[in-house]
Amino acid sequence: MGRYFRQRTLQSALSLFGLIVLVFFLARLTGNPADLLLPVDTPQSVRDEFSARHGFDQPMIVQFGRYLIELTQLDMGYSLRDGHPALDHVLAAFPTTLLLSFWAMLISLTIAIVTGSIAAWRPGGLFDRIASLISLAGASVPNFWIAIVGVLIFAVWYRVLPTSGTGTPLHWVLPVAVLFIRPCGVLTQVVRSSMIAALSAPYTKTARARGVRTRTVIFGHALRNAMLPVVTVAGDQAAGMINGAVIAETIFGFPGVGRLLIDSIMFRDFAVIQAAVMVTAIAIFFLNIGIDIIYAILDPRVRHG
Amino acid sequence: MTDVAHAGMGDARAALSRTADVFLMLWRDKFAFVSAAFLLFVIYVAIFGPSILPDGALTMNLRARNAPPFDLERGWVYILGADNLGRSLLARLAVGARYTLLIAGSAVLIALVIGTFFGLIAGYRGGRIGTIILQLADIVMSFPSLLLALIVLFVLSPQVSNVVLVLAFSRVPVYLRTCRAEVLEIRERQFVVAAKALGASHARMVFLHILPNALPTLMTLATLEFAAVMLSESSLSFLGLGVQAPAVTWGLMVSDGRGYLATAWWLSFWPGVAISLTAISANLLANWLRTVLDPGQRWRLEKRGES
Repeated sequence: MGRYFRQRTLQSALSLFGLIVLVFFLARLTGNPADLLLPVDTPQSVRDEFSARHGFDQPMIVQFGRYLIELTQLDMGYSLRDGHPALDHVLAAFPTTLLLSFWAMLISLTIAIVTGSIAAWRPGGLFDRIASLISLAGASVPNFWIAIVGVLIFAVWYRVLPTSGTGTPLHWVLPVAVLFIRPCGVLTQVVRSSMIAALSAPYTKTARARGVRTRTVIFGHALRNAMLPVVTVAGDQAAGMINGAVIAETIFGFPGVGRLLIDSIMFRDFAVIQAAVMVTAIAIFFLNIGIDIIYAILDPRVRHG
Repeated sequence: MTDVAHAGMGDARAALSRTADVFLMLWRDKFAFVSAAFLLFVIYVAIFGPSILPDGALTMNLRARNAPPFDLERGWVYILGADNLGRSLLARLAVGARYTLLIAGSAVLIALVIGTFFGLIAGYRGGRIGTIILQLADIVMSFPSLLLALIVLFVLSPQVSNVVLVLAFSRVPVYLRTCRAEVLEIRERQFVVAAKALGASHARMVFLHILPNALPTLMTLATLEFAAVMLSESSLSFLGLGVQAPAVTWGLMVSDGRGYLATAWWLSFWPGVAISLTAISANLLANWLRTVLDPGQRWRLEKRGES
């Protein structure tokens, strides 16, 4: 187990480094921020001074070296927009995205496990067919369109929900709804197929033959074994939440990491892009570790193997 | 009828009867049949639609600005309404279909070819090269695809070709991993081991024995991926980093209509319906393909009609 985690950590560290290199050079290829941030009629001397102050006049490899050294001291540079530390920006925005993803994931998992289990009880039955079609539709409909239709119905026509901003719990309804629909559709399908397999497994039949109560068979025997693939897919979906968060936060003016990233990309705010990517990647890394631990708890073969 | 056809073999007839079998299996699964029909319809519209519809996609008609849907006063071309410049939404959807299918289709194809190629190497050769390939795939996979695409497209100009490349690049690992897993499994099967013992060359092993057996799984995956890539493309367009006007995709149309949500909802609504229906159809068809190509499941579709 310990060896497995060491290997996993090393592998993730390698991936993270690859990512840092990629983002650093890609971001710098987008052009010189001096051209974007300073007024058009700025004299060349001021431009040069600006570039020199932020180190943009150095060769790229020197800039990268300095970035790496500062990184070891947890210094991720300063935002070009307001001069605040980039890390502060990201850490201020991160809890919002985390909370948004948490609610979306909790609702998806709850609905998926209940619906998928009931559907798997009688495959091909009416409930199963309706649930399968709805979950498939949920996994296929673009989330930005759901957002727009949601705004249209609940904010424009009925005026029961606000269109943007944060503050009251009502502000969270639409963004969470936009985020949870696709993972919920995907997870329902996984729970269903995995439960069908578990319910027809020999150990389930044995349990039923021995007269164990139906409820105990479903939730005690079948569901626990069916959860393994669900955990894997749920992990992928949770990591993909940031994709949905970019959309939801942009549409609903939510001050999270997704919107911070989009704004920083548009503004060529290099330090903030890098810090946001870094923090997101680290969060996904811990998420994966968490998934591994859950896996080990659920499956003794992983634990002792 | 299958028995008759099989009795009178002949290659052409056998092929014909196999096509008929597949068609029958498709007919028996009503959802899959409707999906296939709808996808064919969308492809037809994408190819011929723009030339059939009388130039409504580009000509502006200011008197028809934001014309509401289901109003036949201006003719059937305006059945779905018109946008803020008075262009027929139906005609624009047809042009949008062309770009949307072209982009998603090419991205899937490129990713499929590259991913399969490296997946074959990683699975067949294995060793250090295999490990490095997998490691690189993990790096690409470990980061949310949308963000990667956003950063890359901000560097490169968002032309159609760049959008295709970015989408393809971010999906390569999916095929690579699947292909590798398939190869690892097929490599151990009796007939492959036998071929190896008979001294088959590497090329013969890979292209004659392994690849044809991995292909069904990869094709099913590609159908699923088509829906996923189309959704990614529309997300990019929606955020303004996908294709730019005068090119138009359904995602871009949703984005353009956002500003008129309170006064003309149909601008954003119809293209979203088009994306959703196409993605749902691709997913349903992929589900059917998975059943057909899995020998353990196939009887479900074959048996029902005989009884």
